[in-house]
Amino acid sequence: MFNRREMLLWAATTAAMSALCTAAPARAEDSVKIGLILPMTGGQASTGKQIDNAIKLYMQQKGDTVAGKKIEIILKDDAAIPDNTKRLAQELIVNDKVNFIAGFGVTPAALAAAPLATQAKIPEIVMAAGTSIITERSPYIVRTSFTLAQSSTIIGDWAVKNGIKKVATLTSDYAPGNDALASFKQHFTAGGGEIVEEVKVPLANPDFAPFLQRMKDAKPDAMFVFVPAGQGGNFMKQYAERGLDKSGIRVIGPGDVMDDDLLNNMGDAALGAVTAHLYSAAHPSQMNKDFVAAYKKAFGTRPGFMAVSGYDGIHLIYEALKKTNGDTDGDKLIEAMKGMKWESPRGPISIDPETRDIVQNIYIRKVEKVDGELYNVEFETFEAVKDSGKTKK
Amino acid sequence: MASVLTNLFDGVAYGMLLFVLACGLAVTLGLMNFVNLAHGAFAMAGGYVCAVLVNNSGWPFFAALPLAFVASAAIGILLERLLYRHLYAGSHLDQVLFSIGLVFMSVAGVDFIMGSSRVFMKLPAALEGQIDLFGVGIGRYRLMIVVICGLLTVALQLILAKTRFGSRLRAAVDDPRAAIGLGINVPQVFAFTFAFGCGLAGLGGALSAEILGLDPYFPLKFMIYFLIVVTVGGSSSITGPFLASLLLGIADVAGKYYFPKVGPFVIYTVMIVILIWRPNGLFGRTAAR
Repeated sequence: MFNRREMLLWAATTAAMSALCTAAPARAEDSVKIGLILPMTGGQASTGKQIDNAIKLYMQQKGDTVAGKKIEIILKDDAAIPDNTKRLAQELIVNDKVNFIAGFGVTPAALAAAPLATQAKIPEIVMAAGTSIITERSPYIVRTSFTLAQSSTIIGDWAVKNGIKKVATLTSDYAPGNDALASFKQHFTAGGGEIVEEVKVPLANPDFAPFLQRMKDAKPDAMFVFVPAGQGGNFMKQYAERGLDKSGIRVIGPGDVMDDDLLNNMGDAALGAVTAHLYSAAHPSQMNKDFVAAYKKAFGTRPGFMAVSGYDGIHLIYEALKKTNGDTDGDKLIEAMKGMKWESPRGPISIDPETRDIVQNIYIRKVEKVDGELYNVEFETFEAVKDSGKTKK
Repeated sequence: MASVLTNLFDGVAYGMLLFVLACGLAVTLGLMNFVNLAHGAFAMAGGYVCAVLVNNSGWPFFAALPLAFVASAAIGILLERLLYRHLYAGSHLDQVLFSIGLVFMSVAGVDFIMGSSRVFMKLPAALEGQIDLFGVGIGRYRLMIVVICGLLTVALQLILAKTRFGSRLRAAVDDPRAAIGLGINVPQVFAFTFAFGCGLAGLGGALSAEILGLDPYFPLKFMIYFLIVVTVGGSSSITGPFLASLLLGIADVAGKYYFPKVGPFVIYTVMIVILIWRPNGLFGRTAAR
């Protein structure tokens, strides 16, 4: 009896599904749906919130209609767990029939969605995750955030040029940390620098004390640091507590550690840290000033580099739709995005037509106090940096 | 040589911190025979109370510390009366399921109210930096932890061993039925002890924000450390967890300093070796209860 009922239910579902599938081509052509998958809860939630905020801000400023089509955002929370990402992406593509999938807070999440983007032939806009390989996993992936290699190689070059000879490294032991370490090491040692100490700290590391003591005893000119953004503050406080700032060991690294989101709460310990990164809320362009002011007004906090990546991500979608005149064919959209150039709050950026990865300026910044708040103040620019993680292959 | 001593000092400070965080768990687990995995949630509550008072209301750090204790103890007594009480007689599995559920609720609740990013405490300048003592670098903040936690340990030991309350508690633990027969209000003693343990956790949470970091995932991240302290120390006294905390703190710091590649595993290796040698922990009692 029960089985029979279940059978009937199945039959009904299948029938409904096939009806839906045949109906698909005739779906409403007047709207464009964007499936936004972000970590809105969990340890990466600040990434998700920044991107979501930035997209809301952009749509407020530019309106929600492009090329005659209404843009509709469907936000899903994957809590940065790749299994969730995959399931949500599938639901968005199959049930909601989205024209884009976007977001992706961490590398595994972006990778989990890649085969789905390929299969469904829809663009996947990566707005956060930073490992080099991502854009190679599907011809439909375009990235508007950054790669770790971009900032890590630049800080390596900069260190060599600025008389830093001996460096001790402290990086978190996970894919982005190892990426950052490898690219830094390659450029720094190629320029004649020497790595005197190499420590990989576990990702769930409660106390930096013993590692920092080891750094101190190695007496390097500077220490290269990459830890997940949330841990940066603890790290800098313990760095100062141990008197490393006074013993002349400088902190250098990719700018993730000094994320604008957290910087101001780190306290004066962070002063003087030199990092290379794509964006600082203190970037001196007029466009950025307006962006920061609007963001602060709308959400009460300072935008970080994740917010900018989201802002540029939605801009890219708008511009691509304008170029195709509202055509949502995946291949045409990707073609339209390739080589696109525009002025972002972070400075001039473009999409590399070969790798579909972002090309952007990398700035060397130093933490300074501006109007009583801590900011990364840019003082040197490396122009139009490509992802060296790919170009070397 | 100097760095050896600095490491030793860091290890002691870390161990002391673990002790204050975990000793409440030793009390509920060992003395009251209740598996309370939500212990870290009380520590987190204390940490957030302290952080809000210091950062938002401008309280001095040292005035906010006792408040962290009081707030966690108050939450503790409230939950004990409302929820925990009903599970004292339940099976351990029920207790585990209940308390782990409480952990998830606390994580989600704090995430919702306070946001998911890390919270930093604004410390008085007197607590920042290091003092140079005969060439040995001593962190001021860590020194304060050692002093506070050391005093607390002595006080706890005295209360348990010398006061009337201490003897009532021990009696209530050893044989609740006989204790009730003698006119001791056992539920009250347990409730008070539970609240005190929660208060200590709250204080520990407030102290650890600077060193371990404070975010909504605190209770989950450090649950394992609390459990290690209690299993290694044995749960029948205060001395056991105290020595275990010190041992683990020092082993952890030394392991990470001298063998950075395998450092994080040292603490687990120590635990495994001790538990093979003494399955009930350093000071465990063998009687099955």
